[in-house]
Amino acid sequence: MKEQIICRNAALGYEDGIVTENLNFTVNSGDYLCILGENGSGKSTLIKALLGLKPQVSGEIKFCGDFSSKDIGYLPQQTPVQRDFPASVREIVLSGCLSRMGLRPFYKSAEKKLASDTMKQLGIENLADRCYRDLSGGQQQRVLLARALCAAEKMLLLDEPVTGLDPHAQNELYELVSKLNRNGISIIMVSHDISSALKYASHILHISKKQLFFGTKLDYIKSSTGMKFLESEVASDE
Amino acid sequence: MNEIFSSIQYYFSYPFVRYAFIVLILISLCSSLLGVSLVLKRLSFIGDGLSHVAFGAMAISAVAGLTNGTVITLPVTVISAVLLLRTGRNTKIKGDASIAMISVSALATGYILMNIFPSSSNISADVCGSLFGSTSILTLKESDVWLCLIMSLIVLSVFILFYNKIFSITFDENFSKATGVNSDAYNLIIAVVTAIIIVTAMKLVGSLLISALIIFPALSAMRIFRSFKSVTICSAVISVVCAGTGIIISLLFSTPVGATIVASNFVTFMIFSGISTLTSK
Repeated sequence: MKEQIICRNAALGYEDGIVTENLNFTVNSGDYLCILGENGSGKSTLIKALLGLKPQVSGEIKFCGDFSSKDIGYLPQQTPVQRDFPASVREIVLSGCLSRMGLRPFYKSAEKKLASDTMKQLGIENLADRCYRDLSGGQQQRVLLARALCAAEKMLLLDEPVTGLDPHAQNELYELVSKLNRNGISIIMVSHDISSALKYASHILHISKKQLFFGTKLDYIKSSTGMKFLESEVASDE
Repeated sequence: MNEIFSSIQYYFSYPFVRYAFIVLILISLCSSLLGVSLVLKRLSFIGDGLSHVAFGAMAISAVAGLTNGTVITLPVTVISAVLLLRTGRNTKIKGDASIAMISVSALATGYILMNIFPSSSNISADVCGSLFGSTSILTLKESDVWLCLIMSLIVLSVFILFYNKIFSITFDENFSKATGVNSDAYNLIIAVVTAIIIVTAMKLVGSLLISALIIFPALSAMRIFRSFKSVTICSAVISVVCAGTGIIISLLFSTPVGATIVASNFVTFMIFSGISTLTSK
């Protein structure tokens, strides 16, 4: 177990207001961390901080050893622009390699090979020349996952990846992510879906205006925060 | 048919016709390339807004008595482009509203200035010329052609060198940022290059019509092609062909050049839409 990210007493937000504070958690290599929280609880701010796009207001977010925020492959939420975007799957997956290129303008054969290997790994090599907007929601997420894997191979950060997918596609995506995790990639997933979080994750981070819980899944189920949240979820399902 | 060819040949024996031809082809090539990105980023209107700003700036430079208005027009338009892109996000006035606001203000200011300080006796011809570019096409000098050639080379090389990055930030700005692509810098480059194209093109096709050169080829190409590369290439081809046909038609039938090119772009769009509807069934 190697530590990759350590977050100590971090407070996140803007100059005129803290969104969330008292964040204390650790991500080790091979972990599957699920971040739970209501809308507005600071989940997206936390994502930006982990990606190095927005520095924390106070406290510390430390990347350990040779791990840096560049080693995180990001799967953002879909934007309206993408729904009718004319681009082939190959073009999109290749664009994940851009971070390796610096100012070099064109792809080399090594990057093209990485892209096609990643597509094979995720079972989308037969879609390579299809247009992104013609794919199903589940296929689109696989394409974006392949792009994220091209960008970084140590950790994936997924922002509500199953939103808008049908239950079958949701399950497929969860299984795929879980398989990648078993192959040694650390996963951080922001989610609303508590039952899947409890099924697949190894650790849970529950945040609101401040941190409510961080620990293993089993501890979460026994904790007061977890019990309260589970009850309210069950109630709202009924 | 021979008659048409000989009359085309006759027109092209005049240097100013050849200049106009070269310049229009270059401009339509550059504008169509950027158009793909602008249309997909939902910024089609930026071309229109910027050209109105350029119109206002041109009126100011005419009042100031400058013979070469580009000295004022280019910086003002570039600054507006940067401001418009920056105010696109997280501000009280949203992107489309701020573009509309700036463009009408610039248009009004320009028109007022042209009326208070008329540079010639025929104001309406001046205004009409700046808006639809009808007269200035015949007054191109060799230096204008060189200027346009240099600007086009800059635009083309920027586009080719940054093609992959432009694709990435057009498709998914959040992801590009997260992987360390400096998307703000590339957005800035796109805005500046757009401003350069608009200022160069405005003299020829007029400020009301320039945005058609930016959006139409991209829209037509997107009806049929399904990858970013093919859309970009097709858009460039459509734009050059339409510009060429537009000029020849306007020479043969003495129609205004800018408007004819826009009309041929529109016809192409209708044809491509038709093909796309037929093939999708």
